[in-house]
Parts: sequence; structure tokens; C-alpha cells
Amino acid sequence: MAQQHIAWFDRHDPALEPHLGGKNTSLGILTMAGLPVPAGFAVSAEAYRRTLGETGLASALATLVSGVDVEDGDALASAASEARDLVTGTPLPQWLVDQVDDAYATLSQRRGQSDLPVAVRSSATCEDQPDASFAGEHDTYLWVRSSDRVREHLVRCWASLYTERAIWYRRQMHYAEDDVAMSVGVQQMVMPRTSGVAFTLNPLNGDRSQIAIDASWGLGEAVVSGAVTPDNFLVDKVMGTITSRVVSDKTVEHVLDGADRVVEREVEAERRTAPSISDDEIRAVAALARRAEKHYGRPQDVEWAIDPALPPGENVVLLQSRPETVWSRRKREVPEAAADTFSSIVHNLLHPSGTQTVHLH
Amino acid sequence: MPDRFPSPFEVVTPTGAEGWEELYGYSTVFSEDRRELEESMFWFMDGVHTPEAIEPWDATVLDFALTFLGQYTTRHYVIPPALGVDIRYLNGHMYLSPVPVTDPAEIEARVPEFAERAGHYFANWSTLYDAWMDKIKGVIAELEAIDFQPLPHREDMSVITEGRGIGSGQLMMFEYDKLVQLTAKLWAHHFEFLNLGYAAYLDFFGFCKQLWPSIPDQAIAKMVAGIEVDLFRPDEELKKLAQLAVELGVGERISGVAADTLAAMDGDEAGKQWAAAWDEAHHPWFNFSSGSGFYHSDKVWAEYPDIPMGFIASYVAALGRGESLARPIEAIEAERDRIVAEYSELIDDDENRATFDGKLGLARVVFPYVENHNFYVEHWGMSQVWGKMRQLGQLLTDAGFFGTADDIFLLRRNEVPDAIFDYFHGWAVGIPSRGPAYWGREIPRRQAIMQALRSWSAPPALGVPPEVITEPFSVMLWGVTSDSVKAWLGGSDNPDGTLSGFAASPGVAEGPARVILGAEGISELQEGEILVAPLTAPSWAPVFGKIAATVTDVGGIMSHAAIVCREYGLPAVTGTAFATKNIKTGQRLSVDGNTGQVTVLD
Repeated sequence: MAQQHIAWFDRHDPALEPHLGGKNTSLGILTMAGLPVPAGFAVSAEAYRRTLGETGLASALATLVSGVDVEDGDALASAASEARDLVTGTPLPQWLVDQVDDAYATLSQRRGQSDLPVAVRSSATCEDQPDASFAGEHDTYLWVRSSDRVREHLVRCWASLYTERAIWYRRQMHYAEDDVAMSVGVQQMVMPRTSGVAFTLNPLNGDRSQIAIDASWGLGEAVVSGAVTPDNFLVDKVMGTITSRVVSDKTVEHVLDGADRVVEREVEAERRTAPSISDDEIRAVAALARRAEKHYGRPQDVEWAIDPALPPGENVVLLQSRPETVWSRRKREVPEAAADTFSSIVHNLLHPSGTQTVHLH
Repeated sequence: MPDRFPSPFEVVTPTGAEGWEELYGYSTVFSEDRRELEESMFWFMDGVHTPEAIEPWDATVLDFALTFLGQYTTRHYVIPPALGVDIRYLNGHMYLSPVPVTDPAEIEARVPEFAERAGHYFANWSTLYDAWMDKIKGVIAELEAIDFQPLPHREDMSVITEGRGIGSGQLMMFEYDKLVQLTAKLWAHHFEFLNLGYAAYLDFFGFCKQLWPSIPDQAIAKMVAGIEVDLFRPDEELKKLAQLAVELGVGERISGVAADTLAAMDGDEAGKQWAAAWDEAHHPWFNFSSGSGFYHSDKVWAEYPDIPMGFIASYVAALGRGESLARPIEAIEAERDRIVAEYSELIDDDENRATFDGKLGLARVVFPYVENHNFYVEHWGMSQVWGKMRQLGQLLTDAGFFGTADDIFLLRRNEVPDAIFDYFHGWAVGIPSRGPAYWGREIPRRQAIMQALRSWSAPPALGVPPEVITEPFSVMLWGVTSDSVKAWLGGSDNPDGTLSGFAASPGVAEGPARVILGAEGISELQEGEILVAPLTAPSWAPVFGKIAATVTDVGGIMSHAAIVCREYGLPAVTGTAFATKNIKTGQRLSVDGNTGQVTVLD
């Protein structure tokens, strides 16, 4: 029997992490930690490497890409296009077809739905750079149904290693071409009523006591891409209170059309300025983000969604959690005088704190 | 939006109130003599303590309180950026103007003096606080011993045989002087620790805001607040009495009328046992005012036993419904510890954590004073002051000077010795006093003036506001901020039906409003209503068991309403400025204690 290249999130094995990429590793870890992550599995990067080796793609791609001058736009575009065609045009070996079809059928069966809609997501790996961030560099495909389509998008994820931008990025970062490989996540698709992101600190000032939540109607892609101005909330981690709320005019949402395609459409008038999330749901999102932060022991940037198919109280699911990188590297600056009681009492008398010093005119 | 309030010199006297200036000290009314200075200052009305017109004798307390506050900041502790808080009466309403130190070099120069003087108090807080407790109890004991008796037909024979030489007339003069002195001592001790306590609290507050700019104010208050505090004791006593009544099986005998209740208790042993416990609780806990303690008209439980008895009746009813009255002390403690631990855990370096622990420690040492002084001074002490003044008023009423005992409060404190002298003089010489005729004319005139002043709608502030309010005592003690000044300037129009104030106690509630303007109205509150009041007083505590939320016109995060609502787990929005003006009883409200928003839903 061929070596197994499927890694289920709920049987996550840390030894496999180098072959899963950041995104799939994180989903496995969060699932094992008991967080409500939609079910799914990863096709490891070893499957990608082995396929490239067996089919001869590896040397063809190396020849095509390694020689190209990435500053020459036309040359880059043509090499990239040719490389992607090579990847998508090469049939998958039967052992991989069997493994992927089997895993997809198992997932569909477990969720009680044939041809379960799934998201197919890229999760790139880099051997020498285990922490390399490829955020946003590679493709994600939503609402994929049937095993044929899953395999088709698996290959598209692989091919997304050869977009012009991805090639250019690797060259900029001095990553060797053959160090980079692609793991692919196949995960039950949530068609959310509302989704968004949450930071376990206030991104405006680095306040670690707050959780900042952006929320908007439909799929999270509208929030992540900046297509809408989301509703924004701050929740105090300790008190659980919602300390700030801004409900925005949410003009568009990403939803399914009648033909199972994800489309961007205008939000009807009455929902545009209505809050996209209830207070209970805000607190549930905050609690989820806090659990992810506690699990990792450092501030997180999470993606979440509200699944209308689940009962209230259990309907918030976690799609992604990454370490927050901006504020968590800084030390909180407190004036030196603060430690000395008298200096700081005098300081506070001179500058009554908080929101109280707002200019009048 | 206008950018200034009326000048005090633009404000007109209401019809019928002509001559009101004579009812207050000459140094505490606006005058041409200091016009330029007075017009250059920004004055705000103290809605927290004195939202209503002030009768002449009651101004004694305010004169003392504000002047002594200034003495401490300016002359005792040398608070670097602040001198005193100036005070003026305008149409009978009190306006305040904190005086900052503006020259940075002078502020700098005051710092070492402050460190030395205030430092002594911080370093020796516990010893000094124990001594304070003895001093204040001593002052109160002396107040309790004050006694005004009618002058006798003949001096007692012992005055002759003991060769005393001093008689009842002189003693009455001395007794009043002593009452004024003791009132002054009460208020001196009131401020001995208060601003230092607030300063230490503010230091912890400021540090938390540096660590966590968005931390809710109420979280900081919860970390510091005491759990077993004397100010809560009167309410605790009522709960204990309700519990005892149920245990003894005499609960159904308790009604809102104290005399009926006590008569019903007299019939058997259980009833007598309960009545003894009721008597036991009186001293000192029923020296508890239903108002702020600043007005002679604030009703004290000891003198109006129907008030506490009514509260006990409602507690008995709550017990009958199976509700628990006990404050879950352990749960409150555990919650406070959890909050402290979780914030502390968010601090990622040891140095800041040590500073946090140190400041929290100091704030907790000083804060019991901030919470408790109110019971000893405003409630227990002032109950005695008003009671003794009323005794003197009754004596002069019996002598024909006044129509009722309370008329004495229409005299300025320096006019009372004249009235005593008049009474003494007539008695000594053996001729009728002038008082009955003189005060018989003057009291009705003053009553008419006060009536006219009471119906005057006082502007929230006077003069040109500073661009930014940074004077620490405005912010700390009165919650006057740049935002509140802006809201006052914006006036009371709220086209979208919303009001904003301090997010004083978390939670969200909806319900019908009940606008209550004073303690006498609190019995109208129904289960589930939202209390809308200018402010609340500690003695209102029993109503917090049945309301859904609280909204006040004045007060900040440490105001009474805020503290009690956090205790009871009710949402509260304080300092909205216009709630009692804009909201009508019966309107449905949504109160968001997390954000400080109040919305009128219909």
C-alpha cells in the first residue's frame, strides 16, 4: 500500500508539521485543542513532492523557473503561465487520486452529506524557513463539491506556487525553488451568515486587555480583502464587556449564487447598517479568540464565521489562527515615572487620564 | 452650539427673589468688587451634592466644606497643580470654580513639598487612619452631647451653692458656638484624607490606563473597591432585621409604618425580641440620611423610622418570594481576585507587574477611607448637626420667634447668635424679646425668596469654559470633564432620543422609566423599572433589589449609583446631565452600562 499522505485535523501529528504548512498545522493544533474548527484534512506537501518527482514535473519546473529574470515582466509572465499549465496539465498519479477520493468520501460521510461542500486551501511550506509567511500568496477555493472538483482544485493550489507574484516573492526572500512545496487543506465549508476576523489585542494601540473584532455579512473574504468596511467591536478580555462598537455601512457581501458559485453582491438596504452580529455572538467570538490566544500563549489574529446551520451558543466556528506580529513584538512603554508613586501621583494630577482630556473646539 | 455659558453678571434675579444676596455671606456672592476676577473664572454647579437651592444656614456646611478642602490642597499638602475650589451662591444655587496652579515653574517648586507632606500621610496611613477614626468618633460624641434647653424661670440653686457664676444664658451662647465649631471639625476631618485617597486611586487608575488604554473604568474600580464597608452597614442591618423577623415568625407584622409595626411587636416574646434588635441597630446605623447629607431637609432614618421600616417590609416580602438577601461575599471576593489575576497576567514584564501590585496595594489601603468617611461625616455627624439645630429651632419656636423649628435654617449661621442673644437678653432683663416681631416679618419674606429661588432653573455652568478641563479635582471629585462641559453647552436637545454618560456598571437592560427627583419618591418604584434620578443616595439601597437599571444626571464611575449598581449587578449610566429633564416616567428605555448609552425607545 502506498504511503499515506492524508493528515486529518482531528488526528494531528506534530511530527508531520514540516509537511503541512502553517495554515494546515494551525488547523490541526486548534482542532486537537478542542476549538470548534470545521472538520477536514490536509494533503501533505510530501504528496506534492512525490508527484512532481514521479511525473518528471520537478525538473521541468526547475528548468523553466530558475533561469527567469523576475524583473523582466514579460519573461516572468510567460514562464509562470507555462509552469502553471504544466502543473494543471499533468494527471495525478493513481495512488494520490485514491487517497484524496477516499478521504473526501470519508469526510462527506462523517458530515452526513454526499458531495460535501468544502474549501480547498493552499498551505505552503518552506524547508529552511519553517516560519515563512506566505499569507495571501496562494489560492483558496470555496464551495467545492465532488471528488473530481476537489482534485482539480488541489492541483490549482499546487499551481498557485507558480503565479508571477509567488515566484517573485520567493526570489525576493531568497528561498530556493525546491525548498518550497505545497500542502493543501480540504475542509468542510461553512456558508456563514456573518464572518470576520478578531485580534486578541487592540490593533490601534496594542492594548492586550482587549479583543478587536471585525464582522460583516456573508463570507469572510469581503472583510479580509477590504471590500467592505466591517462592523467593529472591542471586548474587554477580563470583564467580557463590549467596550466599543461601531456599526458600519456594509455595502457588499460574498455569498453563493444559485449555481453554487461564490459571488459578490450588494447588501439590501435594511441589512447594510444593521449590526451583522449579536452581543452574545460577539462575546462568543471573543471567547474563541481568547482560547486560541491562551493555547498559543501569545496574541493571535483569528478568522471566524457564524454557521447558521448550528444552534445558537455553538454557532461560532474558528477558521484560522495566526500569531499577531505587529504589537506583540513591542514592549509596552510605560513612563519611567510610573514606578515611583510620588512622581506618578504628581503626573496624574497634572494630566488627569483617559478620555477626559478632549478638546472642546 | 454656543461656546460659553452666561456670565454670572448676566443672570437675572427671579421675580420674588429680590434681596436673596443677603441670605448668604458677603464673600460668597458675586460682586462688582471682584467682577473682573469672577468673570475670568469658569463656574459649574455642583449637581452631585447640591442640586437644589440652599437655605441660608445650610450654606454653613458648604462654606466649611469647600474652604477646608482648599486649605488642605493649598496649605497642608501643597498639591502641585491645584489651589482651592472657590464657591459662590447665585440665586441660591452653589457654583464652584477650582483654581489651578498654572505656572509650570511653580508647580515644579511645589512637588518636593507635596512629596514630604503627603508622603508622611501615605507612609503612615494605617496609624493616621486609626487616629482619624478616634478623632471623628470623638467629634460625633461631642455633637451628640450638645443640648439646647429653654432658659429657666430661675437658675437652679446649685448654680448659687457651687458658686458657678455662669448661668443658662451664657451656656446657650456657648453651646451654639460649640455646635458651629464641631461642625467645622467634622468637615476638617472630612478632607484630611480624602484627596490623598483619591490621588492614590487616580494613580492606580492612570497606570492601568497606560497598560490597557481601553480598560473599562469599572474594571479598575472593581479591583480597588472594598467589600465590607461601613457605608453599606445600614442596609445590611435592615436585611438582618428582615431575616430575623422571618426566623422569629413575625414578618407579617412589619408594615411601612414604624409605630404600627412596633405596637404589633409588643404582644409576645418573639415580637419583643425583634423590637430589641430594631432598637439595637439604631445607634449608629440609623444616623443615615436619605439624601446627600448636605441639606437639613434630608430625612434621617432615626427621625423618620417609617423609611427603614418600609425597606424592611420589602425585604421581608423578598424573602417570602424565596429570594436571598445575603450579599454573596465570597463570590464577590472571588470575582475581584479573578479580575486582578487576569489583568495581572496580561502584563508581560516583571517590572510593570511589580508596579501594578504596588499601586493596587496602596489604592486598597487608602480606599476604605474614601468609602467610609461618608458614613461618619455626611450621615452620622451631619444627622447630629441637623438634629441639634432643630432642637434649638424648636426652643426658639416655643419662645415665639419662629413658626416651626425648621425656620431656623432660614438664618445665616452668624445671625443665629443674634437671635439667641435676643432671647437671652429679654429673659435676662425681664422684658419681651424683639424676636417674635422681627422674625415674624423676616421669616415669611425669606420663605418667599426661597420659593422663588427653588423654581429657578439654574444653568449647569457660568462663564467661559477652559479649552480643556485638566484641573484634577474637577475631574476627580465632580466628574466635570471637557466632555460634560460640551454636553452642557449642547443643551438638552437629543433629537435621536439618546443620552450618553459614564458606563458605570456593566450590562444592558430595557424597561419603563421611573423618574424620581428625591428620596420621597422612591416608594413609587415598581419591579423591573429603570430608575432615572438626579443622583442616588446610600439610603436608597433597598430599591436596587427591584429595579432593572439606573440612570443619573450627575456623578462618575465612583458615584454612589455606580458603586451600588456594580454590587447588585445592575447596568448603570451616570452623569448623563439631562436624564431627568429629557426622560418621562413610563417611557421605555434601553440602558447600556457597557457603553454609557441610554436610548428612549418610544
